[in-house]
Amino acid sequence: MILKADSISKRYFRPTGQANYFEAVKPLSLTLASGAVTVLMGRSGSGKTTLLHMLSGLLTPTSGKVLLDETDLYSLKDGALSCLRNEKIAVVPQGRSAVDTLTALENILLPWQLCRKNAPVERAEHWMEALGIAALRDVPAKELSGGELRRAAIARALCQETPVLMADEPTGDLDDENTRLALSILKDAAKRENKTVLIVTHESEARAFADEIWKMDGGTLHPEQ
Amino acid sequence: MKTASLSLRNLTRRPGRTWALVLLTGFLSLSLFAGSVVVMSLQSGLNSLEARLGADLIVVPKAAQSKASFQNIFLQGTVGAFYMDAELLDEIAATEGVAKAAPQTFLATLKADCCSSRLQVIGFDQQADFTVQPWIVQSSSRELGPMEVAVGSSISAGVGESIRIYQKSCPVVARLSATGTGLDTAVYCSMETMKTLLAAAEEMGVSHKVTADNSDGVISAVYVKVAEGADIDQVASSLASHPSWKTAVVQTRSMITGVSDGLAGVSSAVKVLIGAVWALAFVILLVVFALLMNERRREFAVLRLIGASRRKLARVILTETGLVCLLGGCLGVAVGAALVFPFTALIESTLNLPFLTPSWGRILLIAALSLAGTVLMGMLSSARTAWKLSRVDTGSILREGN
Repeated sequence: MILKADSISKRYFRPTGQANYFEAVKPLSLTLASGAVTVLMGRSGSGKTTLLHMLSGLLTPTSGKVLLDETDLYSLKDGALSCLRNEKIAVVPQGRSAVDTLTALENILLPWQLCRKNAPVERAEHWMEALGIAALRDVPAKELSGGELRRAAIARALCQETPVLMADEPTGDLDDENTRLALSILKDAAKRENKTVLIVTHESEARAFADEIWKMDGGTLHPEQ
Repeated sequence: MKTASLSLRNLTRRPGRTWALVLLTGFLSLSLFAGSVVVMSLQSGLNSLEARLGADLIVVPKAAQSKASFQNIFLQGTVGAFYMDAELLDEIAATEGVAKAAPQTFLATLKADCCSSRLQVIGFDQQADFTVQPWIVQSSSRELGPMEVAVGSSISAGVGESIRIYQKSCPVVARLSATGTGLDTAVYCSMETMKTLLAAAEEMGVSHKVTADNSDGVISAVYVKVAEGADIDQVASSLASHPSWKTAVVQTRSMITGVSDGLAGVSSAVKVLIGAVWALAFVILLVVFALLMNERRREFAVLRLIGASRRKLARVILTETGLVCLLGGCLGVAVGAALVFPFTALIESTLNLPFLTPSWGRILLIAALSLAGTVLMGMLSSARTAWKLSRVDTGSILREGN
């Protein structure tokens, strides 16, 4: 499955300052191939997360299109786009991304239970085991640490079984060992399951797991040499 | 996990938050249910009193002092008796404009073994009567026989049982429907039975102003039905214009009007109170739901992220609110019922107004409407928040605090 950004840009209205808008992402085009890990790097405020949100169907671009194969994401109505996000594009967002009233396992299965049938409990347990959080299966999310929550979010995205997986700073709260583990699992998923994987990160160690590296600077995208 | 299941888990795993909301909405439901039952009971009591009195005018001795004390016998069940010359009956009946005149004799007994308090026994002339008989007919198809009595709904003895008055056993053959007034504590018998009871009282050494010997010569009140086309005020004026009679004329319409005015005042106060509670609760719920939902913005953003549509998200929020309001509503109705029904007598005596609890069917209807109102208000107050939340930029929320 190919995810393609066609001249997308994002402007935010800004009432103060020299200009009355701020261009977080300048018009750019990008194609993410399946079976490959694309790493997007750049300084804070360079527009990485904004780009990821636009590519994942969470943020409508000011201009341009995002195509998943032939489907223009933002031409879909909210119900259809939500459904597409659930079935085709898994996202690991920055920060806490768990429902506190649910356990770790329930959080991982939530995308299935929310929109689909027959939640794959064994598969969820497999990813928890792989990410070293199997013992936290029935622990409420509110009791998990930042690193545990991050791994639970990665497990949820993997368990969602989507052709596209995007992760925003997936190793932000992890130690070196778990950083390598998480990145290798994502790389492995891309290869074995032919997933399209996009990782937005500051982590230089991610370079080792990338098939393609892009760098963002001031809202523009450059391939890293 | 479907929407309802997710909502249910959110509620059960945050018990403190959930119970606080349940209590708030319960208070709403309580005020609506209890307030409505009180207002409807007062209205039913007034209607019933109007129907039971049945007469246009009541002639009582001046000894009855005033309309107010006479009213107490009807409204509060105050036991009392007053007498006048029975010969006045013929003169009253002969007055122009009077269609019917029926005498009644009151007797205030000592404690009888059926009741813990004194009884108001009312003897009536079964041939002339037009106010008691229509109510007895609803329970018994025949006239009262010797020593037989009909009892008000608050008397504990039922049909087929007997009550003892001055050691005389009086079979209960009819039980009158409730009026929510003092008439519910009265015992009705024929004039002949009244005479027997008076004789029994004398045998026991209990003296009354009326005795078995003179009972034919005295009555307590004459109920008057004015002839069709006759002016009630004019007839009342004619009846009151005999100083030698030493009687007072009570217009039941004015008595009802007095009660009705009191009822209107209380009803208005209760309605204003309900309105104020609801307005206040609506604002509080609006703020509480806005604060709670704002606190859970990130949780809702996560749900959007993993594929919840705006509609589904709104459904999660509204289901949670609906469940809270349903639980709160049931609790409020239950507490309201526990506060009102055991204390109807106290409410009646405090308000000094007839108080007749509506039928179970009506009570269930009020309960259902109170519940529906509470749920609807809760949904309305959270709908705005649900709408706003489902339209916020998910990406922006997910970036907050990072």
